[in-house]
Amino acid sequence: MSQDCIRLEFKVDSENFASAGSASESVKTQLKLLGIGSSDVRRVAIAMYEGEINMVIHADGGKATVEIYHDRVEIILADRGPGIADIALAMKEGYSTAPEDIRALGFGAGMGLPNMKKNSDEMRIESKLGIGTTIYMTVRLT
Amino acid sequence: MTDVKKLIEILNAETINFSENREITTGYCGDFLSFVISKAPVGAAWFTVMSNVNVAAVALLAEVPAVVLCEGVKPDEGLSARCKAEGINLISTELDAYGASVILGNEIK
Ligand SMILES: Nc1ncnc2c1ncn2[C@@H]1O[C@H](COP(=O)(O)OP(=O)(O)OP(=O)(O)O)[C@@H](O)[C@H]1O
Ligand SMILES: [Mg+2]
Repeated sequence: MSQDCIRLEFKVDSENFASAGSASESVKTQLKLLGIGSSDVRRVAIAMYEGEINMVIHADGGKATVEIYHDRVEIILADRGPGIADIALAMKEGYSTAPEDIRALGFGAGMGLPNMKKNSDEMRIESKLGIGTTIYMTVRLT
Repeated sequence: MTDVKKLIEILNAETINFSENREITTGYCGDFLSFVISKAPVGAAWFTVMSNVNVAAVALLAEVPAVVLCEGVKPDEGLSARCKAEGINLISTELDAYGASVILGNEIK
């Protein structure tokens, strides 16, 4: 039983900027239906939203996979964008390469990756310049 | 403590979407969405000048009882539609974020 999981997959589209966040919203709905506590749902939704938006803004979209286990939620965000040259720098609060038109929408505080770190129990970034970025996050259910 | 109905009244605000009268215990001012997500306290009315559809996603994540567009800013079409669909209270005031905050602060104290 403990190995059973619910697996959800989403294509994160960069074309439709207006609907960015729809994958994290679906996950939020699903977790609520499963009766998962609201603070856990909130952490998953925030971690995933920030990652989803980053794929839209910085990487031309990508793929999100979410696995819901009885004790944790695993989130994998994979894109074939430009990659991150310096991961430690990207993780710093306030670091952002968001262009002006994106900042005008309210993005670009350089707080997305720190928010993902804060709202997950484990987070790992794999990135290669010119190849893409994959981010693994685990949120343990309390 | 106050609520959304009272806030609309004291800010002399235009109601763009009113879904449910929720309690307001404090406020939060900010236009950078990732700050709002991580810092807006529970029960805070969110004062902003951002008016695009992403505001709705953030309002849901931060679970704010109301979004207050300041400086007479009007929402774009996507935002008002989204707020109606998702049941997010959205209002607009001519006041700036400071002016609106002071009024809310006086009401709460
Ligand atoms: N998937 C990605 N592909 C390529 N670069 C990325 C990716 N995600 C993040 N980055 C880089 O890391 C930086 C920091 O990301 P972070 O999410 O913290 O801030 P931001 O997206 O710029 O602003 P905010 O999230 O506060 O709106 C980005 O500006 C970008 O340079
Ligand atoms: Mg970001």
